[in-house]
Amino acid sequence: MSQVTSDTMTAPLLHIDQLGKRFGGFVALDGVDLSVPKGQRLGLIGPNGSGKSTLVNCICGTLQNETGSVTFDGQKIDGMVAHQRTHHGLARSFQLPRPFRSMTVAQNIRVPLLYTVNARAGTHLSHSELDDRCMELLKLVTLDAKAGKYTTDLTQVEMRKLELARAMAAEPKLLIADESMAGLSHSEVEDIVALLIRMNERGVTIIMIEHIMRAVMTFSQRLVVLVSGKKIADGRPEDVIQDKEVVGAYLGQ
Amino acid sequence: MRTPAFILILTAVAAALYFAFNLVGNDYLFFAGYTVLQYIVLATAWNILGGYCGYVNFGSAGFFAIGVYTTVFFYAVGQSIEEIFPEFLVAPMQAIFPIPVPVLIVIAGIVAGFVGLGMGYLTLRLRGVFFAIATLALTVVLETFIVNWSFVGGSRGAYVIPPNEVPIFGHFIQFLFALMLILVIVALTTSRLIERSKLGVGFATIRDDELAAEASGVPTLRLKLVATVVSGALMGMAGAPFPYYIGYVEPGSAFSLSYAVNSIAMPMIGGTTSWVGPLVGALLLGTLQQVATVTISSAANLLIVGLLLIFFVIIAPRGIVGLIQDRWRGRSKS
Repeated sequence: MSQVTSDTMTAPLLHIDQLGKRFGGFVALDGVDLSVPKGQRLGLIGPNGSGKSTLVNCICGTLQNETGSVTFDGQKIDGMVAHQRTHHGLARSFQLPRPFRSMTVAQNIRVPLLYTVNARAGTHLSHSELDDRCMELLKLVTLDAKAGKYTTDLTQVEMRKLELARAMAAEPKLLIADESMAGLSHSEVEDIVALLIRMNERGVTIIMIEHIMRAVMTFSQRLVVLVSGKKIADGRPEDVIQDKEVVGAYLGQ
Repeated sequence: MRTPAFILILTAVAAALYFAFNLVGNDYLFFAGYTVLQYIVLATAWNILGGYCGYVNFGSAGFFAIGVYTTVFFYAVGQSIEEIFPEFLVAPMQAIFPIPVPVLIVIAGIVAGFVGLGMGYLTLRLRGVFFAIATLALTVVLETFIVNWSFVGGSRGAYVIPPNEVPIFGHFIQFLFALMLILVIVALTTSRLIERSKLGVGFATIRDDELAAEASGVPTLRLKLVATVVSGALMGMAGAPFPYYIGYVEPGSAFSLSYAVNSIAMPMIGGTTSWVGPLVGALLLGTLQQVATVTISSAANLLIVGLLLIFFVIIAPRGIVGLIQDRWRGRSKS
């Protein structure tokens, strides 16, 4: 009885059950199970080609999974297209930044505000509220000085920050940051990790996909390792990185 | 500027143009002007899908011809009321037919809008050059259909005899010219409204990056369907008065490649990101073609379009409007 109550109390925000995806003969995801409770900072690592990005794409609706199911916030979201999942509170950033190039930085942030936040029942932001919200988000990622600039004038790290701010603008419950730090310098990486932790403190659950171990260890409360489309480890970061199978997968047997 | 003020100014300009042409008193001006206005509508309509959303439509001629043949169809029905309708319906039908041109324009808009919706459903999972090819194919399918439909003339073509005089306007061509002016106002206002609305923002995200648009919550497929419907409907409306203008249509002229080429080239030359671009491009290119038709030969038209297009792609890839914007921005920076 108490088991049931505690289960409903901590019903996971995201629940993935036996997720499978193939590309022709190549098995990208081979029955992945994953449950993410509300508020968690989860790190997801794995060698190149292990299926991390495919997993993100299946969760976010960019790709459709073939087997298994994804439950988000108590609702099955299989078959929903990407923008519907965004409306439900699932946001992502892209590995290679994909800004809207014909727009300024502030206009980029406005898009999810107009199309996701204002599309939800009960919210309608006026023009001045939209402007305020844009500036607030840009302050959060320290891009407020660049609000009027076009995205072609941004540096790599600024582009990554814009990517995260645009994802945050959709007021997500879950944010998936897909390699937001690849190719950045030491201090820039710290900058982004601090930013992600600030976002998490605002109550957003975050899944971070990353290769930079320093960042992963600082950020993650829990670490999941994916190899060849299978989950091989899941637990406290300190324990996971000492796991024999994980070490083997990274260094070769 | 607010939309009512914008419409008021456009109407004033249109009225001034009409009265100026009337003052000159030469019907040729109306004939030439009609063609330029028709291109303004076509270019503006094309730009809603091609410029705002970035989907290059090579099927403008198809949508234009839908408008043309809507008129031909109803004209043909009006010519043979006694054969088509049962006896008790002949008298009421004779009162309805011939259907006035403004009503035909509305009907053509609805028909072409539906075809646009169908085209959207069939092709919008295609992108870039594949979408362009599919729209070109749609035109070929429509043309084949018309060629084999003898009721609207088939490949023989059909005569549509305009009445000589219309009350208030005088010559029928002046009436058609005035109608086209109204269509231009409708097209430009629609285009400007879209550009400044949430819809316009959504269209721009589709043009920039569809994956990122979806991730930001933009329902890209639905917006693309809106674009194909609006764009197609406006093109159909531009085609509806054409049979009355020209007097005789056959598939070759209604589906002419020059409509497809011009409605792409004009926004490209003028600039595709705002409603001003297609207007500037159509005024420039349309007028130039009219002048060339008189002074050189109508065969020179496509050559002119081609040369100008090459020139602009090299010198000003963002069109005349883009060129001016860059100048202005550059000056304000320094």
